[in-house]
Amino acid sequence: MKTDIILAGVGGQGILTIAAAIGFASLHENKYVKQSEVHGMSQRGGEVQSHLRISDKPIASDLIPLGNADLILSVEPMEALRYLPYLTENGWVVANSVPFENIPDYPSIERIKKEFDTLTNSIWIDAEELAKSCHSPKSSNIVMLGAASEYIGLGFDSLKAGIEQVFSRKGKNVVDDNIRALEAGRQFSLKL
Amino acid sequence: MQQLVLLGAEAIAQGALDAGISGVYAYPGTPSTEITEFIQRSRISTERGIHSQWSSNEKTAMESALGMSYAGKRALVCMKHVGLNVAADGFMNSSITGTGGGLIVAVADDPSMHSSQNEQDSRYYADFALLPVFEPSNQQEAYDMAFAAFEMSEKFHLPVMIRITTRLAHSRASVVTRKSVDQNSLKLPEDPRQFVLLPALARKRYKRLLSLQPELMLASENSVFNNLGSGTDHSLGIIACGIAYNYVLENFPAGIPFPVLKISQYPAPVEKVRELSETCKSILVLEEGYPLIENSLRGMLNNSAIPVHGRLDGAIPRDGELSPDIVAKALGLETKTGPDVPAFIASRPPSLCKGCGHIDTYNALIEALKPIGGGRTFSDIGCYTLGALAPFEAINSCVDMGASITMAKGAADAGLIPSVAVIGDSTFTHSGMTGLLDAVNENSPITVIISDNETTGMTGGQTSSAVGRLESICLGLGVSNEHLRLITPLKKNHEVNVAVISEELNYNGISVIISRRECIQTAVKHKKVSKS
Repeated sequence: MKTDIILAGVGGQGILTIAAAIGFASLHENKYVKQSEVHGMSQRGGEVQSHLRISDKPIASDLIPLGNADLILSVEPMEALRYLPYLTENGWVVANSVPFENIPDYPSIERIKKEFDTLTNSIWIDAEELAKSCHSPKSSNIVMLGAASEYIGLGFDSLKAGIEQVFSRKGKNVVDDNIRALEAGRQFSLKL
Repeated sequence: MQQLVLLGAEAIAQGALDAGISGVYAYPGTPSTEITEFIQRSRISTERGIHSQWSSNEKTAMESALGMSYAGKRALVCMKHVGLNVAADGFMNSSITGTGGGLIVAVADDPSMHSSQNEQDSRYYADFALLPVFEPSNQQEAYDMAFAAFEMSEKFHLPVMIRITTRLAHSRASVVTRKSVDQNSLKLPEDPRQFVLLPALARKRYKRLLSLQPELMLASENSVFNNLGSGTDHSLGIIACGIAYNYVLENFPAGIPFPVLKISQYPAPVEKVRELSETCKSILVLEEGYPLIENSLRGMLNNSAIPVHGRLDGAIPRDGELSPDIVAKALGLETKTGPDVPAFIASRPPSLCKGCGHIDTYNALIEALKPIGGGRTFSDIGCYTLGALAPFEAINSCVDMGASITMAKGAADAGLIPSVAVIGDSTFTHSGMTGLLDAVNENSPITVIISDNETTGMTGGQTSSAVGRLESICLGLGVSNEHLRLITPLKKNHEVNVAVISEELNYNGISVIISRRECIQTAVKHKKVSKS
């Protein structure tokens, strides 16, 4: 059993937090994990991606080969489409519908949505709205993780444990906020 | 023994801590920064009193580490590839002096230039200095090699390089640690003249370095990190260096059919290369970086006994980092790909943060330069290099740390008057001060703007050596009080700032304008800390 995940977004949107939570959750299940990420200049409002690989067996490459990602999880709608060449046949694309517009030639959201709808397996979710509605306005990235939780190949309880591990330093309230966000995202996808 | 999940960079740090370092010396630079930051954060480091404060630049870091080694202790010095250019004087000569306590020079190269000005391959520097290199293929090796490199350094009394590239530096995996080793005790060199490179003494030391080469080769031949794997299909032999080995493994999940020589320790083991080439009909060389081994296999006349494939014949692109797909293509394997990227997807280059002080500095400079004309602003390495992009398009150069001031001076010498330099505070103390002294000595008609955000911003907000010292440094170097100006880059100060810059542009001599406002990122962090 192997899951290859591309996490996508814009520098500062919290994809590394998602990566850390999945990483801890994988170890919780005694799985091998490799996670590569972008640091430095590209972080300044630029496009960022993280390759996350989880497997029962040792993992060779730190990078996912093209056409192999089981899941593209993007906290920004346009960024979800940037990594399509990585997507495997029947892979899932889960994207936040709220655009991060910091460039002059950002395409219209209708155009992005139209393209998104051509994908076989996809979930389009307003994670910010959902985060607000479950009283965790800062946790839209964790809503996204919840929305994609069916396709990560890990138990939901492991993901919860991962969240606890990531946020425990910040206190019980922050952990609870994020668990609520995780569950809200999951419920959204299960109802589709 | 413990299992930790670490970035490749952090694995080197943890390895060095466990191998008993007494200090780390470094200047921040992507992708090497996390080595030092990890040590700064670690509990062992505080408990053991391990030195971990940032140095002003890579040269001061290299020399401080050599000094610690002189005193018998284990030292680690870290830098990015172009940082080794800055440290090169000390690095090259450290191979002649040799070491006392173990000395590791950890260099992180950046093929594909994710965050750099070039993609130079540090293995060439080690070859140049006749020093051994470890090149880990994964996080566990990065950890283990810190031990191996210190042992080797103390066995041969030579500095040892650990070379990683961006991908490994910034990829996390689990690492099993070992029992930690105590620090060395203080010990002076047995030969009091070991580190005195007077020509007559240096010649002797150089002969010693040369005489060690066969032993370094033997160590590579017998290294646990260099293995020759047998294969059944001898139509091809593969040489895979460092992380390239993973991409070969990735492409053959059921086992590699070809003999593979994994090289993770240099000098490259010639006998193992010979054994591979004698049993195979052709060779594919996979190197993350320049074609170092491929070049020597081919030879100047390109008349190797069997065909050699790699970056030089186009089997692999000549530039850029490797990937599993690039390696698959070179192996003639089929590759897959998902749907194309839709044509309307716009690229999203990095940009200055909203509210960043560099923005207001550039806006004022652009306006002040209007009556004089553009094409005269030399800049430097840092976040403010993004001033080259729209909407500013405000700078005309970015070459190396400190080059803004010296290039402005040279251009002014040529008659481009006034010339402007834009440099950050940390870059100024890294390599700008000596250039400013040149400009002061000749009263060059240049205006130096130090865009001072009171941190090393680009690499994530490390402490800047310049904090609280810029005015006194400039005055000490001889800038006159009258032409040392301070402005605050805020929108509301725009008119005042334009006026100050215009005055100094019109002054026919050296002036420095410090444009000071804290980095918006570190300001947010500081606010959070003071709240809690």
